Amino acid sequence: MASFTVESNPDRLAVGFARVLRRLDIATPLDSVLTFINALSLVGIDDRQSVYWTGRATLVRRPEDIAMFDKAFNVFWEHRESVEADEEEQLKVTLALDSEEEEGSADGNADASDEPTITLRFSGVETLRDKDFADYSNDEMQQAQMFMQSLRVAGPPRPSLRMKPTRARGKRPDMRATVRASLAASGEPMRRHWVTKGDKPRRIVFLLDISGSMEPYARALVRFVHAGVAGRQRVEAFTLGTRLTRITRELSSKDPDRALRAAGENVRDWSGGTRLGETLRLFNNEWGVRGMARGAIVVVLSDGWDRGDPIVLAEQMERLHRVAFRIVWVNPLKVTPGYAPLARGMAAALPYVDDFVEGHSLDALEQLTKVINHA
Amino acid sequence: MSYEPKTTQEVADGLAAHGYLADEGLVTAVFLALTLHRPLFLEGEAGVGKTELAKSIARWQDAELIRLQCYEGIDAAQAVYDWDYSRQLLHLRAAEASGEAAQSGTAELEGQLYDERFLLKRALLRAIDHGHATPPVLLIDEIDRADDEFEAYLLEVLSDFQVTVPEIGTFRTDNPPIVILTSNRTRDVHDALKRRCLYHWVEHPSFDREVEIVRMRVPEASEVLARQVAGAVEALRAINLYKPPGVAETIDWAAALGRLGITEIDETVLDRTLGTVLKYREDHSRVRDHGIAGVVQQAFDRGLLHG
Repeated sequence: MASFTVESNPDRLAVGFARVLRRLDIATPLDSVLTFINALSLVGIDDRQSVYWTGRATLVRRPEDIAMFDKAFNVFWEHRESVEADEEEQLKVTLALDSEEEEGSADGNADASDEPTITLRFSGVETLRDKDFADYSNDEMQQAQMFMQSLRVAGPPRPSLRMKPTRARGKRPDMRATVRASLAASGEPMRRHWVTKGDKPRRIVFLLDISGSMEPYARALVRFVHAGVAGRQRVEAFTLGTRLTRITRELSSKDPDRALRAAGENVRDWSGGTRLGETLRLFNNEWGVRGMARGAIVVVLSDGWDRGDPIVLAEQMERLHRVAFRIVWVNPLKVTPGYAPLARGMAAALPYVDDFVEGHSLDALEQLTKVINHA
Repeated sequence: MSYEPKTTQEVADGLAAHGYLADEGLVTAVFLALTLHRPLFLEGEAGVGKTELAKSIARWQDAELIRLQCYEGIDAAQAVYDWDYSRQLLHLRAAEASGEAAQSGTAELEGQLYDERFLLKRALLRAIDHGHATPPVLLIDEIDRADDEFEAYLLEVLSDFQVTVPEIGTFRTDNPPIVILTSNRTRDVHDALKRRCLYHWVEHPSFDREVEIVRMRVPEASEVLARQVAGAVEALRAINLYKPPGVAETIDWAAALGRLGITEIDETVLDRTLGTVLKYREDHSRVRDHGIAGVVQQAFDRGLLHG
């Protein structure tokens, strides 16, 4: 599409446009492009406005993508303003990750001498258990990650509306099975079957504060959150900073390094300031109160330093508390000797917190897992 | 075969004639859904008129509206089909009493039981096995409330428009229903399902459109009142509220004012009737902190017909 000949073949235009969208990270699968081409043949390409709405209906599937789509549309169809000229500069910050070479060499060692390395590693974790995350080296972080993956964050079950068969009598009759069984007895319902309500894990929502003051801990805690998200369906994760970012999709990759890198790229304000109350309000409005936090266990990982108005934070915590099943606040600073929740934000939030726990070390995270699973 | 509009204008006129004023984006999406025979997936804030659209399409097409309200735990027995167990049992008892059960084998008895007359067709099966010349409008409302297992099932039904009942056979149609799915976005619906559909994010209407909507739905409201109501709602949406009022609230409010015999909004009126527009105590106090006078002023300015 770099050529300057006027392209008027709608198919080629559509494919070219799809390529622009893909470059901007809007997922544009081939079948959507085909639908778009089909739709264009009905609507025509003469009226820009119709082309725009046709694209919106066939190529966009998330409201977050609309702004990007608009930019791409202007560039491609209207030859206006460049995509690069974004009004707010996108800071691409990657998480500080342990390099892969280190991992490689560690594996090499393991091959050389089998058993001892494993025990060594294990004891390595043992000595790490109550070490403060703030004092971790990259190597230690790697080891700690293995330990975190072994923690099973499951959440307590809650009754589901889906029925399951049961042997216990006196619940709800299972008519389907009873009729089936009575066929064998020439139509006499001799054996009655029953159903009861099934169980289902509660949703867990992680809200990770990534402001500057949390920096020493956020690196470790995001790994814990990843261990919780990967492989489970009913877990959601967000980062709270100067803005709210949903990182569930990024963290759902099984490969922790890839997941963390993807999440890091998506989060724009790693180690910026926090307005905890404001971002929590965004969370409540956009996701939480609408349904995501309803009946869920909400785990806030934050030191409670808030540059905004504590009244806003208290108000939002109250709202969240009204819909959530339980709010767990994990504060890595809690363990500091003589710590009292002096941070204004923390003090404002505490009345609405059901469990206030530490989160500075592996031991503390193991404890946290217990709290979440038995809430 | 189902009706296919020739132009987007035809869609806009058809919907307007049945009480729904859609903007260009939504009209295009509906036009494409009808001509490409794809399900239409609507997302947006509560109260922007997603469900109402499906109803209006049904009225316009003179088609049956089949609504499937999703909720947590919904499964095939509630959405697709179930057997009428009480009647099955009665049938068995009757067969037994007449001695028929003893004569005919179990297999024959089973064949009688799992017959179409004991089949309870639920929304999805009814929408496929409709037997009309005009296909029905199938509204799958608030899909985000159902769990993901159900979504996977829906994907299967919506891609082939066929349902298999093991005991009877496969129901299919070459005259598929018009399918509208709505979501309030309490969670992300799976991409595979969205990809099957056309997508439209429904926004609050513009001021002028909202005035038109009020005029159409509440004919007894004067133009000045309609403009004032839409203006006040516009002002309310600009304040940072938990639940900004939707079109449904605007219409309710205009109707309420009409019923009270009010022709112009002033501070007392707004204060008294705020409950029809805002449903959270916090939102009420926010508006009062922000200043009712400001909202009334904007409503008044918007109410002026030429200026």
